[in-house]
Amino acid sequence: MADEQAIRVLIAKPGLDGHDRGAKVVARALRDAGMEVIYTGIRQTPDMIAEAALQEDAQVVGLSILSGAHLELFPRVIAALEEREVSDVLLFCGGIIPEADIPAVEEMGFRGVFGPGTSTQDIIEFVREHAPTYAN
Amino acid sequence: MASNSEHEWRESTYARATARNKERQPRFESSSGAEVDPLYAPEHMAEWNYHEKLGYPGEYPYTRGVQPTMYRGRLWTMRQYAGFADAEESNRRYKFLLEQGQTGLSVAFDLPTQIGYDSDDPVVTGEVGKVGVAISSLQDMETLTDGIPLEQVTTSMTINSTGPILLALYVAAAKKQGADLSKIGGTTQNDILKEYIARGTYIFPPRPSLRMITDTFAWCTDELPSWNTISISGYHMREAGCTAAQELAFTFADAIEYVDAAIEAGMEFDAFAPRLSFFWACHSNFLEEIAKFRASRRIWAKIATERYGSTNPRSQMLRFHTQTGGATLTAQQPINNVIRTALQALSGVLGGTQSLHTNSWDEALALPTEESVETALRTQQVIGYESGVADVIDPLAGSYYIEALTDRVEEEANAYLARIEDIGGALTGIEQGFQQREIQESAYRLQRMQEEGDRVVVGVNRFETEELEVPPIAGHDRTVETRQAERLAKLRAERDNAAVDAALGAIRTAANNDENMMPLLIDAVEAYATIGEICGVLREEWGEYQEAVTI
Repeated sequence: MADEQAIRVLIAKPGLDGHDRGAKVVARALRDAGMEVIYTGIRQTPDMIAEAALQEDAQVVGLSILSGAHLELFPRVIAALEEREVSDVLLFCGGIIPEADIPAVEEMGFRGVFGPGTSTQDIIEFVREHAPTYAN
Repeated sequence: MASNSEHEWRESTYARATARNKERQPRFESSSGAEVDPLYAPEHMAEWNYHEKLGYPGEYPYTRGVQPTMYRGRLWTMRQYAGFADAEESNRRYKFLLEQGQTGLSVAFDLPTQIGYDSDDPVVTGEVGKVGVAISSLQDMETLTDGIPLEQVTTSMTINSTGPILLALYVAAAKKQGADLSKIGGTTQNDILKEYIARGTYIFPPRPSLRMITDTFAWCTDELPSWNTISISGYHMREAGCTAAQELAFTFADAIEYVDAAIEAGMEFDAFAPRLSFFWACHSNFLEEIAKFRASRRIWAKIATERYGSTNPRSQMLRFHTQTGGATLTAQQPINNVIRTALQALSGVLGGTQSLHTNSWDEALALPTEESVETALRTQQVIGYESGVADVIDPLAGSYYIEALTDRVEEEANAYLARIEDIGGALTGIEQGFQQREIQESAYRLQRMQEEGDRVVVGVNRFETEELEVPPIAGHDRTVETRQAERLAKLRAERDNAAVDAALGAIRTAANNDENMMPLLIDAVEAYATIGEICGVLREEWGEYQEAVTI
């Protein structure tokens, strides 16, 4: 195929919060931008997310969390990904991530942290720019 | 030349003015995209009949308010949603809020409590005590309400799939205080349908969930007569992105589903309907929101009388709680949120709300601090005590625009409600993903409008500034999980486990027949069975709801 392959993105909601307006808007915007997007739905365990990333052959994994449990749950998602050897993925996140936690989140391997008020254009550009360097 | 009508004015004076200088945008519209005229005048009210449309406060169709005196008698209940960490810390926060002049409690539970897991369940790691207080057993509820006279303070609990269990816990705590149950007032949200649509804290499939809800209607009618058994909520659907008219329509469709289920279970509408309550959002379109609140009362009064043949005025009065719009808060220039919240709160008051929660300005950044919560409460007090708007009942009635808008929101909501009826009602709609899709469409449309600059959000897509400094935000106590786990281990070792097993066995049996669940839940929590244990039994008997994900 001469066509550029569509970027494969998994949008996931780890933890228990049901606020997925942001996750759905981002999923929809990335899809409208020509990417192949899978949204997991709410209340996903780290294992469920990692399994979905593996099965769907995702290059990009975006996590959304608004309950404040990101510092506990993000590392567990990353560990679950590593367990399945899905480590070469572009990670980004959104939701309510307090400014003070951003360094820790970046340290975990998230290349982008997108809070409330982010333009979906910025997220599309971010994914387009960084996804090609990831193999999965 | 003076115009003789709005039409004439528009064709002459107005046309000349707009020919010289164009209006600042090509089209002005409501939240649902309907066009707004430049001016409203007596012609808009030519067919309008005061008695039919408005009536008087405390009288059908209650457009002007459900109480005859409204805020001249008593201001709305200032009820800040709060709860965090464990029962001990939340109890301290409630006492602080009551000392500051708050007039009712509103309990925020953490997600494990809302989804039926104990604090020590491995699936809830990281979530204990985060978005609300962790309650696993009666012990926690006793701590939460310690020193708060439950006969005097009304308590609203945002709790849905586990609502009947939390109600049982509250009743058990009140009994321990020696309270007279006929004087216990408050609200359990208990609205599962909007959880499937927008909020997400469901556990069981719809049928057994509805049965638990109608069990509370029946039990409270006899045993807890001052309790609002449900708060049928548009708030979360609005927060998820729907329009004002959709908020009303989806909520009334849910209300009809609950009422029909209760009638099917053998109850009389006028027996349980007086304890139904509603919960609306107030977002930023100031006048449209006022119209929405007024329209909501008229719509419900008509549903009660025309659909259900109500003869009890109390069943026809739509009483509601209001919360300012969390989704309207911005992380950019966050202090601006104080102003947004004040305007939204004012629209709730001008719309005749019975109780109000004002959001804190820092909530787009983190969970709010004690200081920001205090500012939010003070906002209500300034409106209530300084602005004068509470001195006259329904002061905006008769405004050409407000009345035209009230009529239009009513029409739009009714048209939407008819669509839901056509597909078979709220539950069928949920199963088909109808409401979910409609909400997503609206949310996406709003996002596009914002990104294309058609909808201005100050500090976000206009009037942006370099961010200066990050305001102080609340930190999280990460030891709550351990403390709760220790308490639960001790509780399980010390309680009478034979009594717990017997009570859980009775719940298992009732899950498969039609015995009212409430007395059994109270027995179980009084034996110190935990929420996780009770829900564990019910999960085994009823299974869990599986969401149909759509984007």
